[in-house]
Amino acid sequence: MSVTLLFILLSILSLVAYWLGRRTVLVMAAGNHRRLHSLPRHYGYYVAMLTMLPALLLLVLWVSLDQTFITKLVVAELPPALVPDSGARLSLLVNDIRNLAAGNPGSGAVDPALQAAAAHYRRLTQISHLLLPAAVLLLAVSGTALGLKLIHPDHRARPAVERVIRWGLILSASLAILTTLGIVLSVLFEALRFFHQVPLADFLFGLEWSPQIAIRADQVGSSGAFGVVPLFTGTLMIAAIALLVAVPVGLLSAIYLGEFASRRMRAWVKPLLEILAGVPTVVYGFFAALVVAPLVRAAGEALGLEVSSESALAAGLVMGIMIIPFVSSLSDDVINAVPNALRDGSLAMGATRAETILRVVLPAALPGIVGGVLLAASRAIGETMIVVMAAGVGARLTANPLESVTTITVQIVTLLVGDQEFDSPKTLAAFALGLLLFVATLLLNVLALYVVRKYREAYE
Amino acid sequence: MTASLTTGQGPATDEQAAFMAALDASAPRKEEPAAAPEKTVGVPFLEKKVTLSARHVNVFYGAKQAIFDVSIDIGKHEVTAFIGPSGCGKSTFLRCFNRMNDTIDDCRVEGEIRLDGEEIYAPEVDVVPLRARVGMVFQKPNPFPKSIYENVAYGPRLHGLFSSRGELDDLVEHSLRRAGLWEEVKDRLDAPGTGLSGGQQQRLCIARAIAIQPEVILMDEPCSALDPIATAKVEELIDELRRKYTIIIVTHSMQQAARVSQRTAYFHLGRLVEVDRTDKIFTNPAHELTEAYITGRFG
Repeated sequence: MSVTLLFILLSILSLVAYWLGRRTVLVMAAGNHRRLHSLPRHYGYYVAMLTMLPALLLLVLWVSLDQTFITKLVVAELPPALVPDSGARLSLLVNDIRNLAAGNPGSGAVDPALQAAAAHYRRLTQISHLLLPAAVLLLAVSGTALGLKLIHPDHRARPAVERVIRWGLILSASLAILTTLGIVLSVLFEALRFFHQVPLADFLFGLEWSPQIAIRADQVGSSGAFGVVPLFTGTLMIAAIALLVAVPVGLLSAIYLGEFASRRMRAWVKPLLEILAGVPTVVYGFFAALVVAPLVRAAGEALGLEVSSESALAAGLVMGIMIIPFVSSLSDDVINAVPNALRDGSLAMGATRAETILRVVLPAALPGIVGGVLLAASRAIGETMIVVMAAGVGARLTANPLESVTTITVQIVTLLVGDQEFDSPKTLAAFALGLLLFVATLLLNVLALYVVRKYREAYE
Repeated sequence: MTASLTTGQGPATDEQAAFMAALDASAPRKEEPAAAPEKTVGVPFLEKKVTLSARHVNVFYGAKQAIFDVSIDIGKHEVTAFIGPSGCGKSTFLRCFNRMNDTIDDCRVEGEIRLDGEEIYAPEVDVVPLRARVGMVFQKPNPFPKSIYENVAYGPRLHGLFSSRGELDDLVEHSLRRAGLWEEVKDRLDAPGTGLSGGQQQRLCIARAIAIQPEVILMDEPCSALDPIATAKVEELIDELRRKYTIIIVTHSMQQAARVSQRTAYFHLGRLVEVDRTDKIFTNPAHELTEAYITGRFG
């Protein structure tokens, strides 16, 4: 019986349990709702939960653990001569057994002991497949029975149901936190391995980035310099250019949308602006590389400037357009949230609309605007694709936006694509860069939270 | 036509009957003794000094008419109260005097309103200096999310009413004193105005309004969000301010109108029913609608 079918059966059982629970308690109360502690449907939910949840838990555990368990049993039965000493060889052996069990004989002659193990494996799997539905359905039905036994008109079914729902919410919330924690820890440990090989000070303050490590002793051109400063300045320069584009344009369009546009206009323009955020970054990337970069170059040359064909300016400009909606949409929301009473108060003092916006509306909306800008900045710092395509991969310590630069994220990509050894500093450097990036954006987010919290109750 | 509509003062005229029928369709009321008159009863026009005069004012929200042919004079340096049941248009009419209705998209004002003899709806009139001359205090206190000092200094800064910091300080202190708030806030002028109590906030808004030395102060139910003690303070203040300013106050409280105003105008369904000296209105109203309202028969 397949897991899907089992799940469908479980759902049907829960529906039945719901109906039974509801009916049972109503019969007990002689159809009088007022004699029940909770609403009839809460008793239904209660019985349905007792039916569904333990059985579902068993199903998930069984499906995720049965292979491991069977493998353990099979390996324990193997003749000692066959069991290899290293874990890697053991997993190869187990693979062989599984292949045999699935009916794919490997190459070469097959050891009879291995044959026997495969048969054993197959048998255990069959038993497991037969036992699973029986166990799950039995648990579900006993859950129903237990629930029906527990409920009576004074039973506090609603609090019990609400408790389960609350745990469900807590579980969902902790999932996101645990994932973040897991990512941070894995990056952190790899980064620590990197810092064993390259000193932290060299990494943070080194002015040269050239992550080439000699694989053979006689290899040339492999200096192995891991100074992150050129990457960091490149990242900051491109993000700064992007913000120089996005903040004024985004803020002004938010002011237009919030203060001047008619309701119908706003209903049209706002979603259109938000589409900008939905364009895949790779599309922005080739737009930057094929349209904007040549334009920037042509314009620069017309002015007699030397512009490289991949420039920070081109990447920054396009990235700025990409993050406009972050600024405009959030700012527009907070500008709209400023109470009209404040606008009226200002206008009634004889302020013009411009004075009202500058002196009352924008200061009142400031926290939200700052939040939007910082979100956009985080996004700009983390953006990769546009930079790869339009700004280049060469690390260069420069303040000239017309030259090609590279960013932290781009270097992470170039370090990890292609064949790499996983213990060379070159690969591990990617984790150190990731950690640095994480810390930088985290600081930005903390700053944003602080600003928003500090000014949150400015009006009310 | 139901019997209840004709109870009281004899048979209704055809005109009244038609008006009542229209009324019936919109909102049922407790008791409707009569219809609003075509012509305002009482003394709408004054012989003495007049600050504001309205003639044949109609206000529309889109296709819906909110004010019907209202004409009234507002005497200089006295308090005029606008009273009437909810939705009678008194706030709408009040907002005509500083053209705050301009901020509402589909609002249209017809007729003539003069401030010291100048037509304020003339095409060449700029609303900015007009609103500097006609200040306004709103129903809900709306201090800006700035310090107490900056709230009061807002208007003077807008209109450049000072030449030095010291002069601005004096202006702020003077305005807060006039609003009766100085003693309570003089030690915390840098604290946010939004942190004050409701009554203090409203007095701060009054201080803010008088800091630009307007000629007229419009008050739109200034005490409706305040407790009785704060209300008493604001009322005291209004009586005080009358010496220097012309004040129009919209109020739901008839006691308040009786306490603070010299003249009272009674509005009903967008029409100005009766306007007269306050004591006359409250002791001997000329129109039955006014009487019905002030005796609490509907409202």
